[in-house]
Amino acid sequence: MADFDQELDASGLNCPLPILRAKKTLNAMTSGQVLHVVATDPGSVKDFDAFAKQTGNELMESKEEGGKFHFLIKKS
Amino acid sequence: MEPKKLAIIATKGSLDWAYPPFILASTASALGYETQIFFTFYGLQLLKKKLSLEVTPLGNPGMPMPMGMDKWFPVLGLTLPGMQGMMTAMMKKKMQSKGVASVEELRDLCQEAEVKLIACQMTVDLFDMNTADFIDGVEYAGAAAFFQFAGESDICLYI
Repeated sequence: MADFDQELDASGLNCPLPILRAKKTLNAMTSGQVLHVVATDPGSVKDFDAFAKQTGNELMESKEEGGKFHFLIKKS
Repeated sequence: MEPKKLAIIATKGSLDWAYPPFILASTASALGYETQIFFTFYGLQLLKKKLSLEVTPLGNPGMPMPMGMDKWFPVLGLTLPGMQGMMTAMMKKKMQSKGVASVEELRDLCQEAEVKLIACQMTVDLFDMNTADFIDGVEYAGAAAFFQFAGESDICLYI
């Protein structure tokens, strides 16, 4: 997994909390910084993809590892 | 670029139906939508500071029942006193164990994200509701005010 500036553990949280927490965390970051989100909600895979497409933040990586979902989002 | 707009009418005042408006509004805000929810009739219950929302299995054949209760519990049994409270407690416990946010939490997130919460003034008067029981930040308006926003919205939902 590439480098990131901040990490958000959304494990155990269900829709829409992982997205809302991610959005809140991104708000406090600066443009170009990368957020690493860890989630257990299987719906979050499609949701983070849709989130990135609609907000213009780049989803650099999306993968499953050790039963958890990992996302790297670069703030636009 | 003008932000997209989401207009929601929330008409229901039960625990299960409290979720769709707040989930959709908070998510839309996170996606950059400007969002308003117009609360009318029983939907006004969702604006109370102290929420006492319940869920009922009555008239709701689609509701999954815990412990196979739907197999051995006759429908009449669901009308017993205390049954609604029990179902509500079970539903809340289930939601908590699955990491689903509480209605209060989602409502707070909506307010944080500047979702505009509008109470139907006519219903407030009709039911003699005390606006002091409602959370801060609620606006009071009527149908015409709703259309001013809804008419320009990209998505409009009646829940």
